[in-house]
Amino acid sequence: MSTGWTREQMAARAAQDIPDGSYVNLGIGIPELVAKFVPEGREFIYHTENGMLGMGPPPDDDERDLDLMNAGKKYVTALPGASYFHHADSFSMIRGGHIDVCVLGTMQVSAHGDIANWSTGAPDAIPAVGGAMDLVQGVKNIFVITQHTTRNGEPKLIEQCSYPVTGVGVVSRIFTDLAVVDITPDGFQVVELAPGVTFDEVQQKTGTSISPPA
Amino acid sequence: MINKMCPSVAEAVADIPDGATVMIGGFGASGSPIELIHALIDHGAKDLTVINNNTGNGEVGLAALIGNRQVRKMICSFPRSSQSKVFPKLYQEGKIELEIVPQGTLAERIRAAGAGVPAFYTPTTVGTVLAEGKETREFNGRPYVMEPWLKADFAIIKCEVADTLGNLTYNKTARNFSPLMCMAAKTTIVQTKKLVDRGDIDPEHVVTPGIFVNRIVEVTDPVHEDTLIAAARSYP
Repeated sequence: MSTGWTREQMAARAAQDIPDGSYVNLGIGIPELVAKFVPEGREFIYHTENGMLGMGPPPDDDERDLDLMNAGKKYVTALPGASYFHHADSFSMIRGGHIDVCVLGTMQVSAHGDIANWSTGAPDAIPAVGGAMDLVQGVKNIFVITQHTTRNGEPKLIEQCSYPVTGVGVVSRIFTDLAVVDITPDGFQVVELAPGVTFDEVQQKTGTSISPPA
Repeated sequence: MINKMCPSVAEAVADIPDGATVMIGGFGASGSPIELIHALIDHGAKDLTVINNNTGNGEVGLAALIGNRQVRKMICSFPRSSQSKVFPKLYQEGKIELEIVPQGTLAERIRAAGAGVPAFYTPTTVGTVLAEGKETREFNGRPYVMEPWLKADFAIIKCEVADTLGNLTYNKTARNFSPLMCMAAKTTIVQTKKLVDRGDIDPEHVVTPGIFVNRIVEVTDPVHEDTLIAAARSYP
């Protein structure tokens, strides 16, 4: 069996599906890599929910500005044309439907587009939601980048989320190491297989039925 | 003549009583009013309800206020991060309360309080455990959750430039929740890196109009939380 796409290749594949001129919010982890793979000829403007549009790459250590962070609390830069704003404006951009694409990591996604990426629901876990619930409800297109299964081989694409959901029916497309998968009214549908990956392997590693590429 | 100047951070926070609800500006380390928080630790007010996006880092600033057992309850969106140790321990020991609020809802609840709007409907949390027990209503066929305003007795805020009337500007992403909190508290206390005369801030550039600010104290060389943590400092 093939190993499918790497993390970088998953991010590059997701970037291919973001239209030129999009306002984009990238979650923490693999989604951050999307910024390295903007297709030639396209421009994305990055939103960070703590209050900036026009976020640029991380600075060199000696050029860090302690007042310039992203939502993951990492130091970043501001590109020419950037703007700063307070949190109510920032989440108006999100909730008001002004951000075009949000790319998120996840623990689970259901066949109905529910996403669970904020809490395992374990009794001793400290709940921490941040902006995840606002993003999934407000942004026009919710893309998910995730390994197809957990480290233990459990499927992450399943019929119903067992973890507490972040939002219901919000995900439009999933980019895994094995395939690109759409959420349709009939459930999961493979759009594209990673090179060398078979549909049977994808079905075997998915927790519910999934339709083959059309 | 209106003059909102306060001679010291100690005097600025001296009347915050036990049991007060206090908003603290900042998102993680950026925009955190460390000197005012440390003055509040020295002052010693207890049983506070504190509103901030997070719960502080290391053993300085907000984390130190919590560690000094002055906080009864935290209202925040994200109470843990890589350098957050004090709150998680107390929470797991059952020694501090937590109200978890999604980040955008937290911002809007604070804004609503400042704007005199007692509640609003939002799509955020629909279908999740955080919507349980809350009123929901459909608008144009889509469900929304009602959220109430969030007020405070005091807000403590860090800004970049203030004039003596309390007109403020901020620095980059250190702005975050601060303009909203200035509006939502009965008494807003601001530490400014630079103090200027009235008229010295272009009216077009004012971010927080002075009507939302009650006290200003000049802290010309404010420490940054990340710098203190890197030096393994603690407070007091």
